[in-house]
Amino acid sequence: MNTEPRLLEVRKNVLKQNDVLARALRDRFRAQHTSVISLVSSPGAGKTMLLERTLTLLSGRYRIAALVGDLATENDAQRLARSGVPVKQIVTGTVCHLEAAMVERALDGWDVGQLDLLFVENVGNLVCPASYDLGEDLRLVMLSVTEGEDKPLKYPTIFNSADAAVITKCDLAAAVDFDEMAALANIQAVRPGMPVFLLSAKSGEGIDNYLEFLTRELHRKCSDVVNENGWPVEVH
Amino acid sequence: MHELSIAMSIIDMAQEEAERRNVRVEAVHLELGALAGVVKEALLFSYGIACDGTLLEGSRLVVKDVPIEVFCPSCNLPKTLTSMQWFHCPDCGAATSEVLHGKELLITAMELKQ
Repeated sequence: MNTEPRLLEVRKNVLKQNDVLARALRDRFRAQHTSVISLVSSPGAGKTMLLERTLTLLSGRYRIAALVGDLATENDAQRLARSGVPVKQIVTGTVCHLEAAMVERALDGWDVGQLDLLFVENVGNLVCPASYDLGEDLRLVMLSVTEGEDKPLKYPTIFNSADAAVITKCDLAAAVDFDEMAALANIQAVRPGMPVFLLSAKSGEGIDNYLEFLTRELHRKCSDVVNENGWPVEVH
Repeated sequence: MHELSIAMSIIDMAQEEAERRNVRVEAVHLELGALAGVVKEALLFSYGIACDGTLLEGSRLVVKDVPIEVFCPSCNLPKTLTSMQWFHCPDCGAATSEVLHGKELLITAMELKQ
C-alpha cells in the first residue's frame, strides 16, 4: 500500500486579491497623473500632525486630497480638514491596517483625475501594513525621537518596504537624549540608501527639506506631464 | 494581528481548490518569507481556529520558511542574508536593497486524504 502522501501542486499567492487591486489602482493613478504617498508609523509618532502641516503647506501649489485610516474614530479627518483640502476617513473597525480595497472604496465619488497628489495615512501600526500594497508611489515610514533609536531594527520589514523615512518630533530630541547617529545607522542597516528626513511638524524645523523631497518625487513621477485639462504639474 | 485574516484567505483558497477538484485536504503547504510581515506562530494558531466548520477542519498547515535573498551589486550574485537587521552582503559587506526572495506568502501544495 502506498504510504506516501498524495501531493497536489498549486501555486497561489495568498495576497493575490490585494496585489491585483493595488496594481490596478497604481495604473489608474499613473494614467490620471496623480501621485500617491502613504504614511506608516506606530501609533502616536505624529502622522496626522505632519500630514496636517504638509497639506497646509502644499495646498496652495497642488491639488491635494487625503485619506486617513483609523480603527475607531473620525478625529484625524476632522483635524486634517482644517487644512482646507478634501479629506475622507476610513474607519477600519477591528482591522489593523489599510488594504487596497478600502482605498478604492474610499475614493468612490472623488474625481481622482483632478488631483496632483493623494496622501494615504495608514492605521498606526508598524507590523501589519507592511504586507499590503495600497497602490502608492511612495511609502513614508515615520519614527518619533521618543520611540527609541532601535525601532528600525525591531521592525525591519516595514522599514524595508518603505521608500523614505521621516524622524519626527526632533524638537524633543535633546529632552529624551535621542541618539541621531544611532537612529540613522539603524535605518541604513535595514534599508541601505533610504533617504531620511529629521523634522518637527510643531516647530517647522526640517520641514523644508522634506517638502522639497516630496515635490521632487512628484515631478520625477510626472515629468513632462500636464493633466488632460492642461493644468501643469509644476511648482510656481 | 492580521494573521487570522491571512489564515482565512488561505483556507478560502484551499477550499475552493478542493471543491473544484473534489478532493479532501490533509494539509496545506505554504512558503512564508521572512519579509512577508506574517508571524508564523500566530498564523498556525489562527489556522487551527479558522478551519473549524470548513472543508479543511482538522487539516494541518505546513509552513516552509523562506530566507531573505538579495542581489549583491558588488559580487554580482544572489546572496542569502543571515540577519534581517543587516541588509548587506554576508561575503563582501556591500549594502543592498534589492530583495529577490523573502516576501513570499504562497500556497505551494495540498496534501490529499487517501
